[in-house]
Amino acid sequence: MGLIQLGRHDKDGTSDIVTTTVEKAVNWARKGSLWPMTFGLACCAIEMIAAVSSRYDMDRYGAGVFRASPRQSDLMIVAGTVCRRMAPVIRKLYDQMPEPKYVIAMGSCATSGNIYDSYSVVQGVDRFVPVDIYVPGCPPTPEALFDGILKLQERIMLKRVFLKQPDQVKSSFKI
Amino acid sequence: MVLQELASRLQNDFSAALVRTVEWRGELSVTVMRDRLHEIAQFLRNDPAMDFDYIVHVSSVDWPDDEERFEVVYELYSIRKRHQIRLKTRVPESDCVVDSLTDLWKGADFMEREVYDMMGIRFRNHPDLRRILLPDDYTEGYPLRKDFPLRGKGWRDTFEFLDETAR
Repeated sequence: MGLIQLGRHDKDGTSDIVTTTVEKAVNWARKGSLWPMTFGLACCAIEMIAAVSSRYDMDRYGAGVFRASPRQSDLMIVAGTVCRRMAPVIRKLYDQMPEPKYVIAMGSCATSGNIYDSYSVVQGVDRFVPVDIYVPGCPPTPEALFDGILKLQERIMLKRVFLKQPDQVKSSFKI
Repeated sequence: MVLQELASRLQNDFSAALVRTVEWRGELSVTVMRDRLHEIAQFLRNDPAMDFDYIVHVSSVDWPDDEERFEVVYELYSIRKRHQIRLKTRVPESDCVVDSLTDLWKGADFMEREVYDMMGIRFRNHPDLRRILLPDDYTEGYPLRKDFPLRGKGWRDTFEFLDETAR
C-alpha cells in the first residue's frame, strides 16, 4: 500500500530504516484500531454478532472491540431497520462519539429503508447522520460486513490528518 | 368447559347482548353489544365455571365500508380451565369509545393503549390513555386506519432534532 519503505543495511542486508509520512502512520494506526459501538436494531445485528464471534473473528481487522458506550467508540455500525422514533437516539449517540468517527450503514434497511416503505421507518440512516460505507444485503453476511470494514480502512488511509480535507477529494472519491 | 357449553351458557345468560356467536376450527368468537361488553367480561372473569383469568390480547380491526366501522377484539384465556374465548364488539366512527377492561385485567392497560394509538379508539375509564408506540406529540392521526396513507404524512422525513445539534 506504499505505507512504509524499508532501507537496507549496508553490511548484512537486514532492514534498519523505516520511512513513511506522519499522516500515513496516523491513518494506519486509526484504521487498525476501529472500536465499533454495539448497535443492533434488527436481524442485521445477528450477522454483526456472528462477524465478531470466533468463526469469522472481526478482530483480525482490528475492529473487534465492541463498546457499549459511544464515548469509547469511533465506528457506528447501524445494523437494522431505523424507525423514526429511534432517529433522535441514533443522532445523539453519533454526536457523543469522539472524532474521528465513521458510520457504516449495514444492510438494506439502514441504507434505504428496504421494503419498509412505511410511515414509521426512516428511508435510510443517511438522512440524519453522514454515512461512510453502505453494506448491501438483507442481512449482509459477515463477509459482506468485512468487505465494508476493509473499504472503510482503505478510505481512512486516504484521509488528510494535518491538512484540511480538500472537498474535491471527498466528493470524487471512489473505491 | 367445552366450547359448546361455554357458548350455551352465554346464550342463556346474555341472549339479548349477543350479536353473533361463531365457532370455527375449535375457536369460539362472540360478538357482543358495546354497552354490555364490560358486564359480559366481568361475568367471564368472575364466574367460577368460566374463570377467564388471563387476557391474551386486545386488538382492533378497521372495516371501512361497514356502518359500524371499527371492531375491538379481546382474546381471553383461562389458565386453570384451559379454555379460551374471543370477544368482539363493534364501534362506530362517530362515537369511538369502548369501556376499558383494565379494572378486570391489569394486562389490558398497554394493549388498550396500543389500540388507541394505532386505531384511535378511546377506552372509557382507562387509567392512563396515552399513545404508547408513537410519541406523545404525534399529530398525523392513527396509522392503522385504512384511510391513513401508507407512507404517512411526512413524519418519517422530518428530523427536527437536527436543528438542535451542531451539524
